[in-house]
Amino acid sequence: MEKYIEIIDAVKNFGSVRALQGVSITVKKGEVVLIIGPSGSGKSTLLRSINRLERLDSGRILIDGESVTDPGADIRHIREEVGMVFQSFNLFPHLTVLDNITLAPICVLKKNKDEAIETARRLLAKVGLSDKEKAWPEQLSGGQQQRVAIARALAMNPKVMLFDEPTSALDPEMIKEVLDVMTELAREGMTMLVVSHEMGFARAAAHRIIFMDAGQIVEEAPPDTFFTSPREERTRKFLEHIL
Amino acid sequence: MKGSPFSDRNSKTSDKTTINVTDGTLIPLKDEGSLLSAWNISFFGAIALLVLLPILSPDPYLHILSFVPDGLVATFSVTLISIFFALLIGLFAGLGRISQNRSINRIATVYVEIIRGIPLLVQLFYIYYALGPLLRLEGPSAAIVAMSVCYGAYMAEIFRAGMQAIPRGQMEAALALGMSRSMAMRKIIIPQTIRIILPPIGNEFIALLKDSSLVSILAVSDLLRRGREYASTTFRYFESYTVIALIYLVMTLFFSRLVAMMEEKLRHRGKVH
Ligand SMILES: Nc1ncnc2c1ncn2[C@@H]1O[C@H](COP(=O)(O)OP(=O)(O)OP(=O)(O)O)[C@@H](O)[C@H]1O
Ligand SMILES: [Mg+2]
Repeated sequence: MEKYIEIIDAVKNFGSVRALQGVSITVKKGEVVLIIGPSGSGKSTLLRSINRLERLDSGRILIDGESVTDPGADIRHIREEVGMVFQSFNLFPHLTVLDNITLAPICVLKKNKDEAIETARRLLAKVGLSDKEKAWPEQLSGGQQQRVAIARALAMNPKVMLFDEPTSALDPEMIKEVLDVMTELAREGMTMLVVSHEMGFARAAAHRIIFMDAGQIVEEAPPDTFFTSPREERTRKFLEHIL
Repeated sequence: MKGSPFSDRNSKTSDKTTINVTDGTLIPLKDEGSLLSAWNISFFGAIALLVLLPILSPDPYLHILSFVPDGLVATFSVTLISIFFALLIGLFAGLGRISQNRSINRIATVYVEIIRGIPLLVQLFYIYYALGPLLRLEGPSAAIVAMSVCYGAYMAEIFRAGMQAIPRGQMEAALALGMSRSMAMRKIIIPQTIRIILPPIGNEFIALLKDSSLVSILAVSDLLRRGREYASTTFRYFESYTVIALIYLVMTLFFSRLVAMMEEKLRHRGKVH
């Protein structure tokens, strides 16, 4: 299969902190890649460089052949095609659920309102929240907010979805409802990069697991090999810690 | 796993969404029955006195009431014009306070520090008597300049706090959806900021309305000065100042109530989380 996302030798420093020290990853279309690693290992920075919420110091990132890192890149156009889901949901609190989802399609993609609403309703049904379209974000549980955030990202009809610890802020009983939506999305063939330590999701949906430490990729493998026979000592230590 | 959804460094914790009110009358909230009745007693009591006194003893109360409306107009003009300029100054100084640019930041901060450290009365004297001859300012314009510059510093702090109360994740979510920075400001950041700062701005308006009585010293014929003029020609000090006090009380209580209602309305939609 074709290379869909190419990250080539990505380097990013925050002052003296070396967040990414030459990371290269290739993701194929429809592939679900899980990124794990200790706190501060650069997982978020890597994800955030893909839609250029962080700018790399050096290295290149291509999505479907289009350069993200090129200074002249049409970054807004690229962001339309890359959906992002945050740990803290970041729903817009002054907008209803429906308006949260339709805002960008209407303002950015210039869709007409009825069409945007129709898409939003379809997506709300998909994440199991059809009855919440008129609700305000603060009236929803964390799990519901995160599912709305996923619907909001999907409304842009993205080619790729990035998830940065989407369930870390959730109470245990809500984690499953979000992971179910993500698993379904993976099954439908969405290309996904997911930072998460949910091993159930890793086994159910991930094609590949990447272990990062100190701004570098230590090891990558399919879930079964990764969990049963990790090659590196650092990976083994980390797995002991989280499993 | 992190306990709070907002422990992520990408979203700033904001305990300061409600900006504290330090000045003005007590604001009645629905769930505070005793305060509400305190408000009712003061407000309707003051109105009753303002109606009954002129009926029961037209001389001097009716005369006083017919003498002061000019002053009311002056008081409101000074207040409204000053609040307008204070908002403008406050917006820019507030943006300056959060600016990444060092010198802009420094200038805005120094302005706020200086102004907040000098009593308004001293600023009024300074602008009218010390700078007035140089700037050729008449009483009313000196009053407006002084009040705008003074309240601009307080407004700056409200704008700054309001904008800083919006978590960083809001801008990032908007950008990630393909919005431009200016679109994100217009659609996401500013609407949320306005919801947060409207009530404190309302309270500044009330404080300014009260402080505007200070300008009576600068030969501005505001409400207080009109009362003083009446009193000094008729020697009805008690009656004149009673009426003046009641009128101020009715106005501030009325506006406090408006602000409280606005706050209540914004509450369920204005929250950041
Ligand atoms: N904006 C920033 N300014 C300064 N340092 C930063 C910034 N963003 C990240 N860092 C630093 O870069 C390093 C990598 O951070 P990153 O957030 O990518 O780690 P992470 O793997 O996502 O960690 P976590 O599991 O805690 O989310 C950390 O040391 C972090 O402190
Ligand atoms: Mg992270």
